[in-house]
Amino acid sequence: MTHTISLTVNGKAHCSVVEPRLLLVHYLRDVLGLTGTNIGCDTSQCGSCTVHLDGEAVKACTVLAVQADGATIKTIEGMASPTSLHPLQEAFREEHGLQCGYCTPGMIMAADALLRHNHKPSEAQIRQGLEGNMCRCTGYQNIVKAVQNAALKMA
Amino acid sequence: MYPSSFEYYRAESVREAAKLLKQHPGAKLLAGGHSIIPLLKLRQTEVSALIDIGRIADLRAINGGMIGACCTYAQVAAAGGLPAALTEAASHVGDPAVRARGTIGGGVAHADPASDLPTVLLALNAKFHISKGRTARVVPAIKFFTGLYETALKEGELLVAIEVDAEARGTGSAYAKLENPASRYAMVGAAASVTIVNGVCTDASVAVGGLTTHAWRSKRVAGALLETTLDADSISKASKRIVKELPDDLLGDMHASADYRRAMSQVFVERAVTAAAARAKK
Repeated sequence: MTHTISLTVNGKAHCSVVEPRLLLVHYLRDVLGLTGTNIGCDTSQCGSCTVHLDGEAVKACTVLAVQADGATIKTIEGMASPTSLHPLQEAFREEHGLQCGYCTPGMIMAADALLRHNHKPSEAQIRQGLEGNMCRCTGYQNIVKAVQNAALKMA
Repeated sequence: MYPSSFEYYRAESVREAAKLLKQHPGAKLLAGGHSIIPLLKLRQTEVSALIDIGRIADLRAINGGMIGACCTYAQVAAAGGLPAALTEAASHVGDPAVRARGTIGGGVAHADPASDLPTVLLALNAKFHISKGRTARVVPAIKFFTGLYETALKEGELLVAIEVDAEARGTGSAYAKLENPASRYAMVGAAASVTIVNGVCTDASVAVGGLTTHAWRSKRVAGALLETTLDADSISKASKRIVKELPDDLLGDMHASADYRRAMSQVFVERAVTAAAARAKK
């Protein structure tokens, strides 16, 4: 049996008919075409699929689309307008916080949630806050620098 | 990865959830989904239906020591007035995104031998409030965890709350774990709660996880702590007892062998008891 869900994604209201087993990450990518959110490990560990659900960073591979009925979702596409960059995106560019870029959307969504909870995180707090996001290029030093840079920009 | 197909029902109350469970044999409950969704995706389990209890307001509140089953780890970690071991363990489950969705009730009902909360709740002698709709019962932690992914929950029942006592002056608790660096699951987890009266330990409770099929209480370590001043020497001596007390067949895998876990059990029990004692002495 299918279900009708209504949710707001990046400020736009959507109403869709979904199977219960459809994962939020597949809904975002395959139904709405928002392919900025990546699928990495698919086992709730790597954080590539991190999006905001009602303001909290969550792993979209471990949420059913039906669970997000009524929710407000923000993905990497909703961080800035097409002609500008979010301060976190700017900071990742300036500090070379990405190599292959696969983990970057998830890193930025997790970092944004982290900075909302803690405006001035220490290096250790940034590392702890991003512990659910893996960079297989192992570019963590510059990712941490990028978040520190963004914290200053957003202060 | 897609799970195989299932039906989905959203319950608005505990009674409705119990009714749906009765109507749909083979259904499982869904709260945060951080145990069941990965299992469904990996096709390690199949369900005919999921009954979503994640929006039932009664199950999402913390009132004193009564923690609704659908409270997230983040909620438990941020709540004041709960035993220190519980706050500590809840703030170290998985990572921030997992803690934002995963629930305490879902985690303990799943009863993964490597999860953190069962160990802590066993050390704290928590009470598990279970409902079947019209009837309810309370099960103590020592009887709740019964086996590998098995609990005292019976067909048609749901866990509604977990009750812990507030820590009085002179009582302290702590949790220490050797974690898998990727998943943060405990390869060895140790929880301790101790009470000091007039400088002497009058009550002690110690539990370990990640070692046996389910959270496991150590009687020998707790017994050896009693009547001591909980100084470093007596904690160290008492903690050594866990090594021989543990059963012969411990869990082991590519991340940590059974022998390594056994050796580490002593180290993490000592760390947990030391931290609990320091809190009790404050």
